[in-house]
Amino acid sequence: MSGPAYIHIPNRISRRSLLGAGLVIGFAAAASRKAHAAGEQPGLGKIQDVTGKGQTGTAFEGFAPGGFVRISPDGRITLIVPNVEMGQGIYTGEAMLIAEELEAGLDQVQVETAPPNEQLYRQPLLKSQTTGGSTSIRGAYGPLRQAGAAARTMIIGAAAQRWRVPATECTASRGVVTHVRTNRTLSYGELALEAGRQPVPQNVPLKDPSQWKLIGTPARRTDSPGKTDGTATFGIDIRVPGMKVAAVAASPVIGGKLVSVDDSAARAIPGVRDVIRIANAVAVTADHYWAARQGLAALRITWDDGPNAGMSSAQLIDDLKGAYGKVKAIVARHDGDVDGAMARAAQRVEAEYELPFLAHATMEPINTTIHVRPDGCDVWVGTQVPTVAQQLVAQATGLPLDKVAVHNQLLGGGFGRRLEADSIQQAAELAKHVSYPVKIIWSREEDIQHDMFRPAYYDRMSAALGSDGLPLAWVDHITGGSITAHYMPQGLPPGEIDPDAVEGAKETPYDFPAVHVDWTRADPPIPFTWWRGVGPTHNVFVVESFVDELAHAAKRDPIDYRKALLGKNPRSRAVLEMAAEKAGWGAPLPPRSGRGVSLHDSFGSHLAIVLQVAVADNGEIKLQRAVAVMDCGLTINPDQVKAQMEGGLNFGLTAALYSDITFRNGRVQQSNFNDYRMLRIHESPAIEVHVIRSTEDPGGVGETATVSAAPALGNALFAATGVRLRRYPFDRGRLASQAMASNARQGTTALASEDR
Amino acid sequence: MVDLNINGEIRSYDVPDDMPLLWVLRDVAGLVGTKFGCGIAQCGACTVHVDGRPARSCVMSVSAVGNRQIRTIEAIGRDPVGQGVQKAWVDLDVVQCGYCQSGQIMSAVALLNVKREPSDADIDAAMAGNVCRCGTYPRIRAAIKTASKV
Amino acid sequence: MRRLGLTILAIVVVLAAAAAAFFFWPHGLTDVAEARSRLPTGADSVKRGEYLAKAADCAACHSVGSSRPYAGGLPFHLPFGTIYATNITPDRDTGIGQWSDAEFVRAMHHGVGRDGRDLYPAFPYASYALMSTEDALAIKDYLFSLTPVHAEAPPHQLKLPYDQSYLLRAWKLLFVPRQQFNPDPGQSTAQNRGAYLVEALGHCGECHTPRNKLYGLDSGQKFAGAVTAGWKAYNITSDATAGIGAWSDQALADYLSKGFAQGHGAASGSMAEAVEYSLSHLTPEDIKAMVAYLRTVPGHPAPHELAVAPSPRSLNDSTHLTPAPAENDQESLGLEVFQGACASCHGFDGTGVNDPRAALAGSQTVNDPTGVNLLQVLLQGSRFRTDHVEAAMPSFHAYRDVELAAVANYVLAHFGAKSAQISPDQVARARRGQ
Ligand code: FES
Ligand code: FES
Repeated sequence: MSGPAYIHIPNRISRRSLLGAGLVIGFAAAASRKAHAAGEQPGLGKIQDVTGKGQTGTAFEGFAPGGFVRISPDGRITLIVPNVEMGQGIYTGEAMLIAEELEAGLDQVQVETAPPNEQLYRQPLLKSQTTGGSTSIRGAYGPLRQAGAAARTMIIGAAAQRWRVPATECTASRGVVTHVRTNRTLSYGELALEAGRQPVPQNVPLKDPSQWKLIGTPARRTDSPGKTDGTATFGIDIRVPGMKVAAVAASPVIGGKLVSVDDSAARAIPGVRDVIRIANAVAVTADHYWAARQGLAALRITWDDGPNAGMSSAQLIDDLKGAYGKVKAIVARHDGDVDGAMARAAQRVEAEYELPFLAHATMEPINTTIHVRPDGCDVWVGTQVPTVAQQLVAQATGLPLDKVAVHNQLLGGGFGRRLEADSIQQAAELAKHVSYPVKIIWSREEDIQHDMFRPAYYDRMSAALGSDGLPLAWVDHITGGSITAHYMPQGLPPGEIDPDAVEGAKETPYDFPAVHVDWTRADPPIPFTWWRGVGPTHNVFVVESFVDELAHAAKRDPIDYRKALLGKNPRSRAVLEMAAEKAGWGAPLPPRSGRGVSLHDSFGSHLAIVLQVAVADNGEIKLQRAVAVMDCGLTINPDQVKAQMEGGLNFGLTAALYSDITFRNGRVQQSNFNDYRMLRIHESPAIEVHVIRSTEDPGGVGETATVSAAPALGNALFAATGVRLRRYPFDRGRLASQAMASNARQGTTALASEDR
Repeated sequence: MVDLNINGEIRSYDVPDDMPLLWVLRDVAGLVGTKFGCGIAQCGACTVHVDGRPARSCVMSVSAVGNRQIRTIEAIGRDPVGQGVQKAWVDLDVVQCGYCQSGQIMSAVALLNVKREPSDADIDAAMAGNVCRCGTYPRIRAAIKTASKV
Repeated sequence: MRRLGLTILAIVVVLAAAAAAFFFWPHGLTDVAEARSRLPTGADSVKRGEYLAKAADCAACHSVGSSRPYAGGLPFHLPFGTIYATNITPDRDTGIGQWSDAEFVRAMHHGVGRDGRDLYPAFPYASYALMSTEDALAIKDYLFSLTPVHAEAPPHQLKLPYDQSYLLRAWKLLFVPRQQFNPDPGQSTAQNRGAYLVEALGHCGECHTPRNKLYGLDSGQKFAGAVTAGWKAYNITSDATAGIGAWSDQALADYLSKGFAQGHGAASGSMAEAVEYSLSHLTPEDIKAMVAYLRTVPGHPAPHELAVAPSPRSLNDSTHLTPAPAENDQESLGLEVFQGACASCHGFDGTGVNDPRAALAGSQTVNDPTGVNLLQVLLQGSRFRTDHVEAAMPSFHAYRDVELAAVANYVLAHFGAKSAQISPDQVARARRGQ
């Protein structure tokens, strides 16, 4: 097939007539694959409309260049974005890319999320229809503009044909085509049907950046109005006729099984409908969630705790530490004469770091609304992986894939939690047992205790410093589980490195003469997954803390020290210098105050954050001010880059201060926001963001500031108190001034292990 | 049967009197703009106004509401302060995932009704009960200040 | 000399024999047939027994949570060890299924087990001794109407010498009344009924009266307030400042029957349980009677300066959303914790935002500068549940000692106008159950 990879013309007339127009513009419709028009899942026919809303959308009549643009004869322009909106502003960013070339204003378009369709919406970097890894803009930057340009060309072509003038005499702007010479105009809506019959343009030249009206502007988010007046629909807000609401309890020990349930008391509660048992969970359905929850509380459940009954945090950490040196490490990188450098070092520095299990705690608790029928199934849910959800539901229900419609909704936070579809699979297994649609809501307690956690890590660092204090060699031994292996159906071949486990460690911004990075695989006995910032959140904490330790050992300023290692990395050096300058680095501070810096190159971006803190005598921390300087290449929407810096930083600071999932007797000890604490407004630092103007390819943004948070804070705490904390959540008891130390430390329950 | 005055409409609901207002709003009255976040008054996602005061509907039983007036996010734009807050929220693009924002806005409007020009400390006191997992706090603070000036 | 020695020896032998008899002579059984004959039979007695069992609050101790009522197992951590509540369902092996009327009454009145062993006074027989034999039998009838649950209570774990249960006989001699309740002709019917409910069934003194060195109730300080198992039962004498003298009848009745009263806050801890399991089930007349009786308990000034501050300045200067400007101007960890975790329920003006139970203004707990109950509530949370109400405060044990001390001090200052000095150490001790 000719033409750009993102355009595919379906070859079946029936499909053309079904849709009114047959152009499909997708990410990567390969020649051998049959592509499908918007709203159609393979073989699904009319069951699901492209909006993902409603039960059985009717096929669309109008101009529908499939994947990404839909224009109806009444003039409505709908952009179908391939990624899901979970707060990162992707509805706006991706809409900007399409609209820029389509020549439509953001105020003229509606944005909807794509239905599951791997052929149309496969994310080019992740190679699946997935939103995650800060890849959306990077993947969409070329294809979405191409899609907009192709659609615009066809619309102009239709106008030119109507007017019988050369297309080159026509221009398009804000949803209207103008014949420049005669000043005649036609709206996109008026041209919708004819546009669909235009030949598909190939290799449409894209606008020169100097002509951009949208890209690079701080355009307002398209989803703001609905999210400020209560009309935005999240998965948990779905209401379908005849629906019941369910509360669910899974085995309190992960891996446990349901033995028996006495439901007599539950059934007596007014409004309770059914009690559903599956292998490892039980649910109560009711007319409303309150009754369902009361019903669940009234059940007398007997569990078989299974193999993890005795699991404890202490054991999990011991297992990690025990694996190091016992299990053969896999080398991720070995450059230069590490051993030689270690031998002739003027100074050697060593340290051990530890990271906890983390829950995602999305603000919207986990939920799924699902209706399983003998002939098909509808699922309403907010998920980062719509096609995985579709497959799991198909498996669980025994229905063919094309009978499972997934209506993706706004996500009340993703952070990696909704890269997992375990809860959707559970919902399908439960809903099989009832004939009505059911909305299954996990309580916050269920959400936190049955999250798929970001696993713990244990890392050993060492470095050899020369007489100038700069590193001669850098050694990073990582111990932790393989999330990639867990996530990929085929697993990770033995002996192969998990790129996630070493991301942010294998490549650092710095130029070290000799480097050794290896990874000891030690999977915890329970499922685990990604968390905002993925590999770098773990590794950059260790790398940036340890670089700080080296600077201290060399008696040099942390910024100067880093600069000395950035000779070959001008972009990182530039953000670092600017951050230092804007933060007033070096200006004197009161006692027990300090600034910490963190620098990293992750997700194709370069980010430096300087955080200023004050530590009270009792160890309490005030986050005073943060300055972030971001070089993410070409910026689609600088205000949203700023928003992600602010939000991402606060997300990471929450973890650095508070987050710690611990286990006892196989049970998660945290339950809700009273004991899995969230940063609150008075704790948030003032955040100042500078975005570098650049023409480099766009980099990822959404996870970067989260990555920076813990190391920037740890380094700032060290600057303020001289105490180096090598595990987070940081033990504030250890930051108390000498006089207060004995008091403050008593009764601290944290699992302290660092710096002993 | 419980009579509730929601957004100016009085209607009867067939619910137990210990049922939290949140679930009556969401699952019975169909007003899903008010969100469930924690169920224990620790996040503020479920904030509504009861006689103008912010209340956590997840822990407020309908019997505790009595015949007082309930206002939800769906109707907050009816008063000028509410409108001003919504506008500031949109102008500053406060929202990210947006899930906490109904509650944030209800708390912010209640604050501005008590203190027309709140200080930073006032904002802390009145808004610290509202968690935003997306960390939009700097913009929430800025938007409240913007709205206070109108 | 020799005679003197013999005399002494004789005295010692006699005393030893007397002591042995005292400590080891088997307990006898009193005939209760006469009382039984006066009792209605069947459902009527069961019904009467059910009410009395609630008034005597058997369930609070003999159940673990709300599952398996009366099946026992609840641990009591006492200074001298841990004892476990027994199964009082009619299960024949692990419960009281084989107990005779006389054996049951002997347990209630004299604290003696079926096997003749002396029972520990965590079982409040020192109060139940005042109960009429008929009422005790009615309770038995009710318990025998329950479904038997097979559940063995764990064995007590007591330190020497407390595991020597026969020693309790000496204790009983001192502290267990030998008479059942006798109405006082000088008091009204209601006051007498109230006295019976308060003293015999409700066993209020077990918590509210301080104990002496021998762990007996110090009758000189009746209802003057005491700390038991980490919770403080407040002064409920008629003292106007330290006790309940200034409470209205309505407020007292509300507190007893609903667990909270306007202007006085809500019950938590064991008192919340007493309301949940027991007091909320009593008839309004009985509640009134209890109030009438409590009024007659002589006032006893409080050992601490516990007076409830009627309307502290800090409260009056606050709005429901914001604290008094004077507080807001300075940085305070306690205020920060409070505004984040507490204010959305309690409000800065003390009104109780979502539930009247959350009103702190006027509550004894936020006026007690020792912070005993305040720390318990912070660490354990609080929970109140009846058929019509469910109210709960989560536990904040995950907060640091420093933070909890700070918020406790803030709360005591803001709501009680008390300048308290709760230290992180004190929080740590409360955490460890000390
Ligand atoms: S849901 Fe009510 S405060 Fe969180
Ligand atoms: S915007 Fe996502 S939780 Fe606040």
